[in-house]
Amino acid sequence: MKLTLKIWRQANASEKGALKTYELDGVSQDMSFLEMLDLLNEQLLQNDEEPVAFDSDCREGICGMCSLMINGEAHGPEVTTTCQLHMRSFKDGDTITIEPWRAASFPIVKDLIVDRSAFDRIIQNGGYISANTGSAPEANSVPAPRDKAMRAFNTATCIGCGACVAACPNGSASLFLGAKITHLGELPQGQPERYSRVQTMLAQHDAEGFGGCTNIGECASACPKEIPLDVISQLNKDLRKSLILG
Amino acid sequence: MRAVATTTLIKGARSTRSTIALKLLMAASGIVFILFVLVHMYGNLKAFSGELAFNEYAEHLRTFGEPMLPYGGLLWIIRVVLLASLVAHVGSAIALAKRAHAQRPVKYSVKKNKASSLSSRTMRWGGVALFLFVVWHLLQFTIVKINVGAGGQAPEVTENPYRLLISAFQPEQWWMVIIYLLAMLALAFHLHHGTFSAIQTLGFTNTAESRARARVAGWVVAIVVAGGFSLVPLFTVFGVIS
Amino acid sequence: MAAGTHYLPGLTPTNEAPVQKSDDAAGYYVLGDKLVDPKAPTGPIAERWTNRKFENRLVNPANRRKLSIIIVGTGLAGGAAAATLGEAGYNVKSFCYQDSPRRAHSIAAQGGINAAKNYKGDGDSAYRLFYDTVKGGDYRARESNVYRLAEESVNIIDQCVAQGVPFAREYGGLLDNRSFGGVQVSRTFYARGQTGQQLLIGAYQAMERQVAAGTVEQFTRHEMLELIVADGKARGIIARDMVTGEIETHLADVVVLATGGYGNVFYLSTNAMGSNVTATWRAHRKGAYMANPCYTQIHPTCIPVTGAHQSKLTLMSESLRNDGRIWVPKNAEDCAKDPREIPEEDRDYFLERIYPSFGNLVPRDIASRAAKYMCDEGRGVGPEVEETQPDGTVKKFRRGVYLDLGAAIERLGKDAIEEKYDNLLDMYERITGENPYEVPMRIYPAVHYVMGGLWVDYELSTNIPGLYCTGEANFSDHGANRLGASALMQGLADGYFVLPNTIREYLADGPFEPISEDHPAVVEAKQSVQERIDKFMSINGTRSVESIHKELGLIMWEYCGMERTEEGLKKAIGLIRELKKEFWTNVKVLGSADSLNQDLEKAGRVADFIELGELMCIDALNRRESCGGHFRAESQTEDGEALRHDDEFAYVAAWEFGGEDGAPILHKEDLIYTAIEMKQRSYK
Ligand SMILES: Cc1cc2nc3c(=O)[nH]c(=O)nc-3n(C[C@H](O)[C@H](O)[C@H](O)COP(=O)(O)OP(=O)(O)OC[C@H]3O[C@@H](n4cnc5c(N)ncnc54)[C@H](O)[C@@H]3O)c2cc1C
Ligand code: HEM
Ligand code: SF4
Ligand code: FES
Repeated sequence: MKLTLKIWRQANASEKGALKTYELDGVSQDMSFLEMLDLLNEQLLQNDEEPVAFDSDCREGICGMCSLMINGEAHGPEVTTTCQLHMRSFKDGDTITIEPWRAASFPIVKDLIVDRSAFDRIIQNGGYISANTGSAPEANSVPAPRDKAMRAFNTATCIGCGACVAACPNGSASLFLGAKITHLGELPQGQPERYSRVQTMLAQHDAEGFGGCTNIGECASACPKEIPLDVISQLNKDLRKSLILG
Repeated sequence: MRAVATTTLIKGARSTRSTIALKLLMAASGIVFILFVLVHMYGNLKAFSGELAFNEYAEHLRTFGEPMLPYGGLLWIIRVVLLASLVAHVGSAIALAKRAHAQRPVKYSVKKNKASSLSSRTMRWGGVALFLFVVWHLLQFTIVKINVGAGGQAPEVTENPYRLLISAFQPEQWWMVIIYLLAMLALAFHLHHGTFSAIQTLGFTNTAESRARARVAGWVVAIVVAGGFSLVPLFTVFGVIS
Repeated sequence: MAAGTHYLPGLTPTNEAPVQKSDDAAGYYVLGDKLVDPKAPTGPIAERWTNRKFENRLVNPANRRKLSIIIVGTGLAGGAAAATLGEAGYNVKSFCYQDSPRRAHSIAAQGGINAAKNYKGDGDSAYRLFYDTVKGGDYRARESNVYRLAEESVNIIDQCVAQGVPFAREYGGLLDNRSFGGVQVSRTFYARGQTGQQLLIGAYQAMERQVAAGTVEQFTRHEMLELIVADGKARGIIARDMVTGEIETHLADVVVLATGGYGNVFYLSTNAMGSNVTATWRAHRKGAYMANPCYTQIHPTCIPVTGAHQSKLTLMSESLRNDGRIWVPKNAEDCAKDPREIPEEDRDYFLERIYPSFGNLVPRDIASRAAKYMCDEGRGVGPEVEETQPDGTVKKFRRGVYLDLGAAIERLGKDAIEEKYDNLLDMYERITGENPYEVPMRIYPAVHYVMGGLWVDYELSTNIPGLYCTGEANFSDHGANRLGASALMQGLADGYFVLPNTIREYLADGPFEPISEDHPAVVEAKQSVQERIDKFMSINGTRSVESIHKELGLIMWEYCGMERTEEGLKKAIGLIRELKKEFWTNVKVLGSADSLNQDLEKAGRVADFIELGELMCIDALNRRESCGGHFRAESQTEDGEALRHDDEFAYVAAWEFGGEDGAPILHKEDLIYTAIEMKQRSYK
């Protein structure tokens, strides 16, 4: 297939960027979206133009490194990561606009690459269970109800990709935050720090500049791991309780 | 060396000023509004029982609680609560809107909305519209008592709540009906998402089922309130109430 | 008593030291001195680790803050170590090339993690796990290391559960296990198909907690490009800030490399795009030995290549082999047909045919090789893919075999299969566009894991004092083949429990004399990195780094892949040497070195892969036996099965860098067992 690509090019964080148009021929249906960009880059290199910088690592939908706003949709039209998106989802002659995640808290590093270190700092602020190595009790000494363990697992599958922030009109990271609060809060091991965790993590979320949630749900629909909106309710609930508990 | 951690870590939370605390404030004040409009709408429906019943109800609002409360006392309490709620609600809305704008300084050139409802995306402008409407509405019926219909500012009309109401929605003033219907549409939109959003903000939607129920609540509140309010102007303009 | 067993007083070796008779790699290498692990423990196997933990000196908590540790890598091995050493109070600097420590490739592990908890009461024990691991590795691993691994396995599960890793549970709320990879006991703990992700997030969170506490400083998007060895000791690294391009010097008292595997030397593998050998290869060039580099694990159940555009391969969990039947058409003419139209009698269930007792559950290397033979024969399925042979000719092959869930769906129902494999099958459909519930899946082997890596002693120290190596990056625990679900176990055992207990013996000599940035060794290291980068930027040839990497991959896959021959390996060495010249004269890197530049990053990695590729071929050439993942066509039984030569090759091949144009130097570490007896594998 033949495609027209409009791609955001930006040399670095301080310079201004713009969309640039490229024609790309010889794209196969079996290619992944990123392999299509690999092909473009090979073509650019041969034409002495600097290749497009974009992030990816595992290319199997689990590391959360890849990103991209594709035709206005985070990770493109399917419920998956960009690296798992295949060109089958497009057709010959399509025009595809590719932009980076846009959020002040995710400053652009170059072209389509952004800096998501804000997520690490949110985790640093309580996104863990304090359990020093070697201090753990026998694993089966504390049973965890299966349904709670399942919910913990389902929310722990967040890959930290940032699509939720990118898709949210408020640039809120509430889905990411709610997923971690729910994961740790559903497990018996997570109880002792449950209410301090929600306060410190939220404070960091806000300090990073992420927006407030208005419950509109774009995040959950963009999430490649289908983290449901109810984790935000859980987050709100835990915060409310923590305020009452003081 | 590149500064990896540019933003310093927060020690000691300030959760009472967090985005979620703001949202809790919005939800609480929003619920005050919902309760108010439900009661207010119910009151308006008294117009169907005729002039006497309606004016009696209006008077009853003022004498309620006497002698514990002075004449009009309840009304003043309600007004203070509503005003405080309005300040909290609008203040939070502005604070959150500012954050959202600051977070996306460069807009997407293409952006699709996949899951959000139109109502959820129009909360801010819809809220502003409601605010303007409320201002007009208060001028018209409470503060200045502007009679737009026949009889001008004659006291028989302006001092008679029922007559003021009927006069506002006569066929000659069809545009006033349109304004009210549009306002009710805006209210329906605001309540459709607002009700759901408040329930979610308060943390009562932790499962898919409860989330679905909250969505239904949004529909019900929106239709009942906006529909209920619309009845009086509609029935008046078509002469059922006179 | 065999040579090299003096450290085992009172114990009876079960084998003799090997004596190599063949010399296939003559002319390609120099034979060096024999190597003996200077820190090998003594005494009965079950007491060795306990004793060692006690013997190793402690470091006074007040001194720990004055001791600095660089840890390169934030996977299970590096992340767990950073968290643990940070908790202990050392001054830790952690590096990774991704934008967050949480993205290390450990995240991609699907199946599970082994631990001898014996929760099912099915007779598991540390000894049984030890036994299975040594046997599975074809008796090419050190027994002391493996036993320690088996012992620590149980602590890993406790630690992870305490951190909030959501392992699968039974209805009663207790932990669930499954059996994995044809093992007889249920000892694999799992979190649906995302075990690696969950374990890594546990380690990552523990590490981030230390970042907040100030004991760990984290450097993301930083790539280690050189090791600093000053006065015979590892004292730091040179790293490039991948965003600004700045070449930075980081100094410390000890350096730990936990940089994962180098499977990407094959270009196509299940590794991440950025997985590389640079960190360990740079250390190798500075004197660290590289052990058993040719031991590669090729996983049978990956999604086949669809064309020349392919950038990486995706694993389909091994567990599919429990329910799927593997077949190809009996007649080559049927290969292009819709598989549903091929009648039962025209299907060749080749694994069940050749290995009636293990059938579809034969070990990974056997299943992989069998699939390759079927496709080489012209009975492969799926799209025809043109393969450019390294000699330039183009041939067409179908590279795939069917993995058919049809019978299982009929037997258990579609719902049961869906529940079991859900996201896996979705992922398959997304990648191939075919519905696995209707059409048999297509699979093909792919490079998955490397057992080779930097040589380390029992304490996980390389032969350079102060340089440690953990996780997939070292050679230590899996011998010639790794059991499923054992790499996660090794990474976490190394990171949480082994390294923190061995590194203190080295650190107890501290505080150390600080080293200055003007030290000649530091200056030299930094300069060499700068020169290398300048060189990449200035060649300005015509070929992309990517295309050279692909070419290297083809050579490696063809000649150093599932089946290796003397002739092929020699040819490959020649081709790789030519490719190296081509790279250094004709590569093209655009952009600038002082900003983010992905081609520049890749150039450094591929340059190192080329050198590693050559060493892998030499190692494979020297080892004229078939063991584990290494199959030499010259060493097979009459019916085509792998044939080991313990009398010649029961040794670890530790290679010393021989200089820019010199031949590598081979040091042999004999493997002497006392707690287990060697046996030939048989799966018929
Ligand atoms: C698809 C797949 C599935 C698997 N499934 C299983 C399974 O089910 N069970 C099992 O036991 N094992 C499995 N394995 C194997 C196992 O996952 C790995 O062997 C193990 O996780 C490796 O961990 P590690 O910590 O050694 O390295 P990694 O997790 O690979 O981490 C390497 C780290 O080093 C950093 N790094 C590398 N080079 C540099 C450099 N030059 N400069 C700076 N930083 C650098 C990286 O940024 C990264 O942080 C699987 C492997 C794959 C690929
Ligand atoms: C006066 C002008 C008003 C403005 C500017 C305004 C604005 C807003 C905004 C921006 C939101 C947040 C949207 C969201 O969370 O999704 C909101 C929420 C809400 N509004 Fe209003 N609004 C106004 C009046 C009203 C009125 C009159 C009512 C009641 C009838 C009301 C009820 C609600 C409710 C219930 C919510 C949900 C709170 C929550 O999200 O938790 N608002 N409003
Ligand atoms: S919640 Fe979903 S969209 Fe957001 S970071 Fe996690 S996986 Fe990505
Ligand atoms: S590259 Fe890892 S999730 Fe896409």
